[in-house]
Amino acid sequence: MSGPSTYKPSTGFEKWLDERLPIVRLGWDSFVDFPTPRNLNYWYTFGGILTVCLMVQILTGIVLAMHYVPHVDMAFASVERIDRDVNFGWLLRNIHAVGASMFFLAVYMHIFRGLYYGSYKAPRELLWILGVVIYLLMMAAAFLGYVLPWGQMSFWGATVITELFGALPLIGGPVTEWLWGGFSVGNATLNRFFSLHYLIPFLIAGVVGLHIWALHVPGNNNPTGLTAKTSNDTLPFHPYYTVKDGFAIVVFLVIFAFFVFYWPDALGHADNYIEADPLVTPAHIVPEWYLLPFYAILRAVPDKLGGVILMFGAIGVLFILPWLDTSRVRSMRYRPVAKWFFAFFVVACLGLGWAGAELPDNKVPVLGAIGVDFLLLGRVLTLYYFAYFLVILPVLGFVEKPKPRPASIEADVLGSKKSGDAAAPAGAPAE
Amino acid sequence: MTDVNNTPDSGQDPSRRDFIHIAAVGATAVGGAFVIWPFIDQMNPAADTLAEASTEVNLADIDEGVTVTVMFRSKPHFVRRRTQAEIDEARGVDVSSLPDRDARNVNIEAGAPATDENRSALTAMVDDGVEVDDALRAAFLVSGANCTHLGCVPTGEAGAYDGWFCPCHGSHYDTSARIRRGPAPENLPIPPMTFISATTVRLG
Repeated sequence: MSGPSTYKPSTGFEKWLDERLPIVRLGWDSFVDFPTPRNLNYWYTFGGILTVCLMVQILTGIVLAMHYVPHVDMAFASVERIDRDVNFGWLLRNIHAVGASMFFLAVYMHIFRGLYYGSYKAPRELLWILGVVIYLLMMAAAFLGYVLPWGQMSFWGATVITELFGALPLIGGPVTEWLWGGFSVGNATLNRFFSLHYLIPFLIAGVVGLHIWALHVPGNNNPTGLTAKTSNDTLPFHPYYTVKDGFAIVVFLVIFAFFVFYWPDALGHADNYIEADPLVTPAHIVPEWYLLPFYAILRAVPDKLGGVILMFGAIGVLFILPWLDTSRVRSMRYRPVAKWFFAFFVVACLGLGWAGAELPDNKVPVLGAIGVDFLLLGRVLTLYYFAYFLVILPVLGFVEKPKPRPASIEADVLGSKKSGDAAAPAGAPAE
Repeated sequence: MTDVNNTPDSGQDPSRRDFIHIAAVGATAVGGAFVIWPFIDQMNPAADTLAEASTEVNLADIDEGVTVTVMFRSKPHFVRRRTQAEIDEARGVDVSSLPDRDARNVNIEAGAPATDENRSALTAMVDDGVEVDDALRAAFLVSGANCTHLGCVPTGEAGAYDGWFCPCHGSHYDTSARIRRGPAPENLPIPPMTFISATTVRLG
């Protein structure tokens, strides 16, 4: 979609600059005149929202690092000092901590959007894979950052996650000690986690650059999944989508601010306000909410290595998703069977999060009466999670009869009734 | 390579030039590996961390039915004086029914069966000239306190086997700190221990 540039330098300085470093041209072509499908709904605003989230985390993180001390004896106290004594420290820390949750909230919306509208399919496979890389880096940054306050959940979360690598045959022990820099999570671990936590957001920013680059080659997918063919299918990014994204960002920031000012600890865990104690594990350790589904998958297998493999496999399967979904129709709007499997997939992910938050032996409400505990619930939903990618999507592409699709994006949006008749026959490529 | 290079008087032997290229690239690769290694190895435990410490525990301070948690080589360890009922319970278990039949005890030969006798302080070494009451040694169980699943510290006197219960992922250990149920793969390990007096044991 990156056609010939429409940028016209208007002043002498812009002409001079354009011949030497066409940076204004790049910005113009990418964010002003960029042709964007005219039918993008609000699910498509999360890319812009996520950019804001990343910038908020980097800015607040840089200033928090000016007050934080990465030492086992002082880390906890330095965070308390930020909360109580540093000017506006309470605000900056709340924004950073709540910001992590908001970042994940937005990224899950963004990912589910991509799953529903088939945004991972050709020619956007690399765009999708880069997105999964960003998601992995986000999880690493969130995990490392959660360790820094050096509370009980920090310490024991760090212990459990680093011990996951101990499940590797032969090299497990040396790898874990290498990660720790000792024989348990300690000062060496805290120091390196701080260093890496500072590094990763900049790696994310780099991959985001690639992600946007890969987006701007084929252009945006859209709710119809059809490829934009004529200029009637698209609108310039500015002002149409700068304004739409801007409005969505404002709404998102209202929710963000609500948590920051009124409910800052709602998304965290009270045990993290107890300083780390290597002798006592909290009675019930859980990760932050956004990692709970993977925690449930880890626990679903009664074998250490098996659980670890399955947990990493849950993310690994996303990398090959573009080749697992065999349907030639992108958007599930026109896939009457797949959309129900998708809806249940969303429910399964939420259910896995619930199972991850509860003790495995606890009974599930209502279903507990017939002996269903959270371990069993986690197992059933883990099975569905993998079946969705490895069985349902591959098979459905062959057996499902898609609904007729509109002739073009323009026809879909501007609602000409007869365009439905011109729809491609079922099973034909979306393009 | 062109014919020009193959003529004897050109002075440029192609195989010789190839060798120089390969050798240069090879040397760069090996040199690169040497440069990378310090950046990887710096994350391994430092010399002061590696300096092994030993920990001494005064058993006379520990009453029957009490567990003391001590730090040994930066990891917590349980030292428990078990009641007779707990010892009997641990001894009454058929080793072949255990998920992990290995004693996991560095004080005795590797792979010894996980009987309670092979797990308790009966296996501790005794310094020359020191007399230790066998009943006392049988009562004491010293083990690592990090669950062999993912390293949490299990809760004492809990679980389905009256030993320890790990709150993280639901592993049950018995009164000999052997894994009985749950995701943990191994029994809690027994550290090296030596009686240096009738009531003092040194770990390490």
